[in-house]
Amino acid sequence: MFNLILTLALFIFSLSVALFLYRVVKGPSAPDRIIAMDTIGINLIAMMAILSILLKTYAFFEVILLFGILSFIGTIAFSKFIERGILVEYDRDR
Amino acid sequence: MKPNDVILQTVTKVASFIILTFSVYLFLAGHHNPGGGFIGGLGFACAITLLFLAFDIKKVREGLPVDFTTIAFTGVFIAVATGMGSFLFGKPFLSQTFGSIDIPIIGEIEFATAVIFDTGVALAVFGTALSIIYTISEDSSIWKR
Repeated sequence: MFNLILTLALFIFSLSVALFLYRVVKGPSAPDRIIAMDTIGINLIAMMAILSILLKTYAFFEVILLFGILSFIGTIAFSKFIERGILVEYDRDR
Repeated sequence: MKPNDVILQTVTKVASFIILTFSVYLFLAGHHNPGGGFIGGLGFACAITLLFLAFDIKKVREGLPVDFTTIAFTGVFIAVATGMGSFLFGKPFLSQTFGSIDIPIIGEIEFATAVIFDTGVALAVFGTALSIIYTISEDSSIWKR
């Protein structure tokens, strides 16, 4: 029963990732695409957590943390790019 | 109008230390568990990239006055020298060994030569990733001075 619920949750998460992929391709504006990509990352983290419950292992915990860090930095980089147009400034106080 | 990003800078000041700690853990866990030199160096590069995004090049270079290309070169040299070191004992390239010593209070500690090789790999990955990011994201105002 428990395994059935977890498998169903994995299926619903993959459906959600597919819908967000549609939004990444179709999205009318750039912020839509960025938020869709950030949410795909969060859905992948949740899928990894469910997978580690299903397989009864601790091995995916580092992967989850690292994926959270990479997703966070990617979202910040994209947001800064659409706000400023450049990523790394030489001197901010000029 | 001057852009205001207090939230990003405050989060970065805390989050970069968490990322650095996590990458040190990943680097040291690579002996028996998932982890190792490559992903440890990549985690270090992630933390410094976050600092580059939240602050600017001038401020980060004040706190970290090193040349990233030199770090990459040193890492490759350490890795290759560790591999060549096994020739001194008549063993094939990149063979490794380990031993353990007893420290009175802490107990038995294992030392392996693979850690030195991993250090080289981590330095090479860190230097290469940061010099790529530093080169391709250059502000156009650098060319004017």
